[in-house]
Amino acid sequence: MRMSVLDRILLLLMCLLAAYQIVVGIDAMDEAPIIAYTIAFGVLLIAGLLLIILGFEALDSPIVVVVSTIIPLSMATGLVWQHLASFRTSYLLFALIGFAAVTFTRSIRMDNLLPVITIAIVHGIPGLTIFLLPIIVSLRGETEPLFSLVGIGGALIGIGGLLLSFLRTGRPILPKETVLRVLPGLLLLMTVFFVAGFKYG
Amino acid sequence: MSSIINKIKLYIPLIKSLQTGLLLATGIAGYLSAHAPVHIPTLIAMSISLFLAISGSTIMNMWYDHDIDAKMKRTHKRPAASGELSRNEVFWVGVVVSALGIGWAVLIAPLYGLVVFAGWFFDVVVYTLWLKRVTCWSIVWGGISGAMPILSGRVLAVNQIDLIGILLALSILFWIPTHTLTFSLKFREDYSNAGVPTFPSTYGEAFTRAVIALSSVLAAVAIGWAAILIGLSAGYLRLIAVLTAGLLLLAFATFRVQSERANFSLFRYASLYMLSAMIILAMQAF
Repeated sequence: MRMSVLDRILLLLMCLLAAYQIVVGIDAMDEAPIIAYTIAFGVLLIAGLLLIILGFEALDSPIVVVVSTIIPLSMATGLVWQHLASFRTSYLLFALIGFAAVTFTRSIRMDNLLPVITIAIVHGIPGLTIFLLPIIVSLRGETEPLFSLVGIGGALIGIGGLLLSFLRTGRPILPKETVLRVLPGLLLLMTVFFVAGFKYG
Repeated sequence: MSSIINKIKLYIPLIKSLQTGLLLATGIAGYLSAHAPVHIPTLIAMSISLFLAISGSTIMNMWYDHDIDAKMKRTHKRPAASGELSRNEVFWVGVVVSALGIGWAVLIAPLYGLVVFAGWFFDVVVYTLWLKRVTCWSIVWGGISGAMPILSGRVLAVNQIDLIGILLALSILFWIPTHTLTFSLKFREDYSNAGVPTFPSTYGEAFTRAVIALSSVLAAVAIGWAAILIGLSAGYLRLIAVLTAGLLLLAFATFRVQSERANFSLFRYASLYMLSAMIILAMQAF
């Protein structure tokens, strides 16, 4: 499916927002969250640029499944590091092992359900973390109410990640055309929520 | 009046506006990289003189290479190659525009003028007149010429040739092969028909792709090093690191996959990368 000019504009806006977040949005944080968020927004930025350059064909690469896990994993690790201090080490371990597991199960041919289950877990847990944690901490009054916008971004990234991953595994939840049609807008919207949540939360 | 407008319309393709614009942008970024208070009249004068000098060298290139351009599908419609403008006219336009640009540059600041002249000399005399038809290594001199605008901008701002200026120049020098070699791969037959020696025809495609990948890595190293020395803020350094990671990934892919598609992806990304790096260097000044 050909990428339209509108799709490219939406992706460019997403890239600019991600670049803004990397430059100024995370400046005042501790070192670990800065690294985690830089990786998350960095992968988002590079992915956006590659989509603009290569079109939707970039998604045909087998590496997409692996790369698309980096964003939720690193984003969730940053959030846990900031707001759930007692889970820092265990979550970091989960992120590293989860990423290794996805890389492993996508590198060798497996005819069983293990790759799909691995992706569901490695996307699902960070997805829930990014969705719920900002909402919970903002409801508790530990952050400004608008920090919950990060949670909405988390819900969107969860949807986008699962759609893409299952598309790549050959068991699509929605038809490929539909996924590609909504993807640029979904990515931009997700980034808007993330950036706004971090800025005003 | 309409004949003048028509003439100008014919002259515009002589200057390869996109390439000239990119090189001019590097010059402005070089000037702003000094983070000194921006002197707008100097910046404007620099931009115009640099634009004229770059345009002049491009016109001289079109004048001399009209026979090669006429044999290549990609370039046969250029005014000097198609005969829309006489060779003599193109030559004199090139001389006048070059003289105006270099002359003005020397008047602004002698050292700046010298660097601008060096860029013109390497492009017109060493690359175009001497080496382009002789050896595929001519692109090194074309690259050095392309690196002069950013160095000249830096020199004008700091009034000396410093390490940062050299690193910025190196970043452009190493970026240029991703452009020229990608084109020489894509239009290999064209170059062959025109009798221009290229890396693919001399050393083969695999070696050429390896050179493209390596040169983009070196360009990234040079721009990263310069960014650190310039004292970019942590945020901008993070952004450059992220963009560099993408470049390294694509360079690795190009080396491993060995396809025209991978190659073109790297070329496009490297162009975006360089443009972004220039914008980052310039933005830090404000």
